[in-house]
Amino acid sequence: MLGYLLRRLALSIVVLFGIAALTFLMVHLIPGDPARIELGASATPKAVAELRSDMGLDQPFGEQFANYLGDTATGDFGQSFIFNDPVAVVIGERLAPTALLIAYGLAIALLIGVPMAVIGALRPNGVVDHVVRLISTFTFAMPSFWLGLMLALAFGLSLKFFPVSGYSGGIDGFFRTLTLPALTLGLALLVIIVRTLRSSLVSVLNSDYIEAARARGFSEWRVVGKHAMRNSLIGTVTILASLFGYVIGIIVLVEAVFQIPGAGSLLVQAVQKRDYQLIQALALMAGAAVVIIGLLTDLFHALIDPRVRLEGRSE
Amino acid sequence: MSSAVADVPRGRRSRALPSWRRVRRLPLSVRIGGAIVGVMALAALFAPILAPYGPNQLDFGAVLSSPSPQHLMGTDDTGRDVFSRTLYALRYDLVVVLFVTYVSLPIGVLTGALAGYFGGVVDAVVSRLGDVMIAFPFIILVIAIIAIVGPGITGFLIGVPLASWAIYARIARTEMLVLREQPFMLATTALGYTKRRAILRHAIPNLLRPCFVFSTVDLVGNTLLLAGLSYLGLGVQPPTPELGAIIASGQAYLLTAWWVSTLPGLVQVLFGVGVGLIGEGLSDGGLGRETL
Amino acid sequence: MSLLEIEGLRVEFEAADGPPMVAVKGVDLTVEKGEVLGLVGESGSGKSLTCRSVMGLIPSPGRIAAGSIRFDGAEVREMKRAQLRDFRAHSVGMVSQNPFTSLNPVFRVGDQVVETLRVNRGMSKSAARAEALSLFERVGIADPERRLLSYPHELSGGMCQRVMIAIATASHPRLLLADEPTTALDVTTQAQILELLAEMRREQGMSLLLVSHDFGVIAQICDRVAVMYGGHIVETGPVETIYHDPEHPYTQALLSSIPELESAGARQRREPIGGHPPELSEVLPGCVFEPRCRYARPECKSLPMTLVPVGGDHASACPVRPLAAAAPESGKAGAEA
Repeated sequence: MLGYLLRRLALSIVVLFGIAALTFLMVHLIPGDPARIELGASATPKAVAELRSDMGLDQPFGEQFANYLGDTATGDFGQSFIFNDPVAVVIGERLAPTALLIAYGLAIALLIGVPMAVIGALRPNGVVDHVVRLISTFTFAMPSFWLGLMLALAFGLSLKFFPVSGYSGGIDGFFRTLTLPALTLGLALLVIIVRTLRSSLVSVLNSDYIEAARARGFSEWRVVGKHAMRNSLIGTVTILASLFGYVIGIIVLVEAVFQIPGAGSLLVQAVQKRDYQLIQALALMAGAAVVIIGLLTDLFHALIDPRVRLEGRSE
Repeated sequence: MSSAVADVPRGRRSRALPSWRRVRRLPLSVRIGGAIVGVMALAALFAPILAPYGPNQLDFGAVLSSPSPQHLMGTDDTGRDVFSRTLYALRYDLVVVLFVTYVSLPIGVLTGALAGYFGGVVDAVVSRLGDVMIAFPFIILVIAIIAIVGPGITGFLIGVPLASWAIYARIARTEMLVLREQPFMLATTALGYTKRRAILRHAIPNLLRPCFVFSTVDLVGNTLLLAGLSYLGLGVQPPTPELGAIIASGQAYLLTAWWVSTLPGLVQVLFGVGVGLIGEGLSDGGLGRETL
Repeated sequence: MSLLEIEGLRVEFEAADGPPMVAVKGVDLTVEKGEVLGLVGESGSGKSLTCRSVMGLIPSPGRIAAGSIRFDGAEVREMKRAQLRDFRAHSVGMVSQNPFTSLNPVFRVGDQVVETLRVNRGMSKSAARAEALSLFERVGIADPERRLLSYPHELSGGMCQRVMIAIATASHPRLLLADEPTTALDVTTQAQILELLAEMRREQGMSLLLVSHDFGVIAQICDRVAVMYGGHIVETGPVETIYHDPEHPYTQALLSSIPELESAGARQRREPIGGHPPELSEVLPGCVFEPRCRYARPECKSLPMTLVPVGGDHASACPVRPLAAAAPESGKAGAEA
C-alpha cells in the first residue's frame, strides 16, 4: 500500500507543478505590462519601473518561476491592489462562507440523495426511480445560476422564507442566508449522487455475497446498510471527488447569484478589476484543492477497499 | 471495453444501410431528443426571419411588459422583445458552442490516439499534460484566460478547447489501448500498412464513437458554461444577446417581471434535455460507452 | 416426520412474451434427520433451484409457483419475514458454488464469521472471536489466527469454501444445503471439502442436501440419491443401489459417462449422452427423457413423470423398467468412490 500511495503522491506533485506553471504563465501572458496596468495609464515611468522591480518582473524567467514557487510555498501570494492587502489575507477572509456553503450543499445532497438511491436500487423502475430519473434529466440541463434564481424567486421573494442576498455569520445567519445557495448546489450534486450510487447498488445487490448474507438470515437493513453500502460508497465518493472542479464552478455562479462574499465572488471581482495577483492565487488554490481532494480520495479508497492496496488499482 | 470489438463489424454493416433506414432503427429517446434539438436549431438558424423584432430593438413605451401575443416572452427593461432576443441568442450560442466542442474533439482524439498507440514518452507527456488540464477546474481556467485576453467571446473560444481536448484525449487513449491489441489492428502491421494509415483509417473511426457520445455531454456543458460566464459579465458583452446575459438582465426585476429571467432559462433547459436524450439513447443502444 | 419434505414443487420464470418457463416441474423430495441426500443432474435440470427454494432464495424473475416445503412440519412458503429470517439464521445453512464471490470483498473473513456469530447467536465480541477461531480450526484452516485477518482475495478457493462452511454452520443448523460446493475447486481440494462435510455431519448430526452434476462427488458422501432431469426427479434410492442397479435409463446413461479411475490406461467405453436436455420452455407431454432414451417405446410419449417404487427404498419414474431384466452388471460404473 505504501508503494501505491507514494506513486500517487509523486503523480500529484507533478500535476501540482504543472498547475503552478500554468498560473505562473498567466501573469506573463497578459498583453501589456502588469505593473503599468496596476498603476494605470497616468503612472510615471519611474513608478512603473519601481513596481516592476518589486514584483520581480525584471529578473530572468527561470528565476522568477523559482521565486514564484518559493513564495507560494511560504504563503506569500503578493499584494491585491483592489483591497490593498496581502492576497493571502484577502482570500483568507472569504474562505469561510465558501467552505460552509460547500459543506452545507454536500450535506443536503447526501441526506436526500442516499435514501433516494437506496430506494431506487431496491425497487428499480418503481415510482421513486422514475421520478428521480426525470428530475435528473432536467437538472442536468439546468444552468445552476438559473436554478438559483428560480429558488430565490420561489422561496425568497415570493414566499419570503429566506433573504436572497448577502451573508451573515452565526448559526442563525448560516441557515437563513446559506440555505438557498446550498440548496442550489445540493440539487446539482444530488442528481449525480443518486445516479452513481443507485447503479452501483443495483449491481452490488446482485452479487453472490449479498445473497449469501441474506441466506444467513440477516435483515434487509443489515444487508443493504452494511454489506452493500460499503462496496457502493467507495465508487460514489470517488466520482464525487473527481467532480470537485465542477463543484467549484457552481460555487462561483451561486455566490454571484446570492451575493455571498466567498472566494468565488472574489474571483469574479478580481477578473473584473484585473487584479492579477488575486486571480493567480485563486486559480492556483482552486487547482491545488482539486488535486489534494483527489489524493485524499485515493487514500480513503485504499483504506476502505483492501483490493486496492495489493494491486494498486481498484476493481 | 467490449464495445471496441463489437464496433468493428457493426460499423461496417451499418454503413451499408441507407441513412433513412438507420434513422428508424434509433431508439425513441434519440428521436425525441433529436426532434427537440432539430426544432431549436432550425429556429435558431431562421432567427432573422422568425423573430418578430430585432434583438436590440428598443421600445421605451413597452418596458417590462408581461408575455402577450405581441411579445411572446414579454419585454425587458429597455423594451426589447425577450422572445426575439432568445432566438438570436440561441443562434449565437449554437454556432459558438458547436464550434468550440467540435474543435476540441479532433484535437483530443488525435492526441489521445497517438498517445495510446505509441505509448512510452509520447504517452507520458500527453497524459501528464492532460492530467493537469483536467485537474484544473474548467471554469476557473476559462475565467483566467478571459482575465488575460479581456472579456468577450475570444476568451471562451480559446479557453474551452485548451481544457476540453484533454478529456477527449483520455477517452481516445483508453480505447486505443484496447484497440491496439485487436486482431484487425495487428493485421495492419502484418499487411505492412504505414502507422499513419493504421491509426487514421482503421483505429480512429472506432475511437470516434465513445467520443461522440461524450460530446453530447460536453456540448451541454459548454452551453451552460457560456451562459454562466455571460451571466457573470465575463463572456459575451452587451448588447449581444446570449441566454445567460438575458437572464442576468432580468435579475433586478425578478419578482415583478419574472419572465425575463425565467423563460430564456427554460429554453436552455429544453435544449439540454434534448441533447441529453440523444446522448442517453446512443449510449444505451450500445453504440457508445458511459465514460467518466 | 422427515426433517425436510418437499412436495409438488414447481418453480417458474416469467417470460417477457408468452407463458412462463418452468424450470422445476413438480418435485417430491425428503431429507431425513442426519441423512445426506445427493441431488444429481445435468446443468439445467433444476437441481440448484430446488435447493435454493428451500431457503426461499429464488432470484427474480423466478418464483415458486406451487408446492409445499415443510421443515420440521413448518411450511416455509407461509413464513412471515421475521420467521423466514430466523429460519435461515438457525435452522438451515447454505454453501454455494462460488466461494470467492460469496464473501464480501471489503471485510476480513474473520469479521464476517464474527458478524454471523454476534447477530445469529447473540455472542459478545470476545466470545465470538474465540468461537470464530475454533470454527476455523474445526473446518481445517491452517494457521487460523492469521487467516482470521485475511481478506477473501488473499485466500485460495478451497480456503474460501472452508470459511463459507464455517459461516454456514456457525449456528449449528439442522440442515445444510450445499449447491455444487466443489465445482469450482480442483480435485484434491474437492475431496478434502467433501470429507469435511462428512465429518461435520457425523459430529453434529447435521443433515445435508448435496447438489452436484458430478456423480463421483455424490457417491463420496451421500446416503441416498435423487436423480433429476428436465425439472423432474427420475429416480431416488440409496446410493449403493442407484450405483449398482439403476432403474432409470437416464441414471444409467449418467453413470456410464463417468470415467473410471482404476481402469485409467485401459481403453474404456465412455458414452456421452446423445442429444441435449430439454429447453425450459419446452413442454413435453410424456417422459422428459424420451427423445434421448435408447429404450424408448411409443407409449413413453404419454407417460406421466411420477415416481413408482421398485423395491425397498428405491423408486423410479420409468415404468418400462428396461434395465431390470438385464444382467446385474449393466450400468455398473465399477470402482467405489
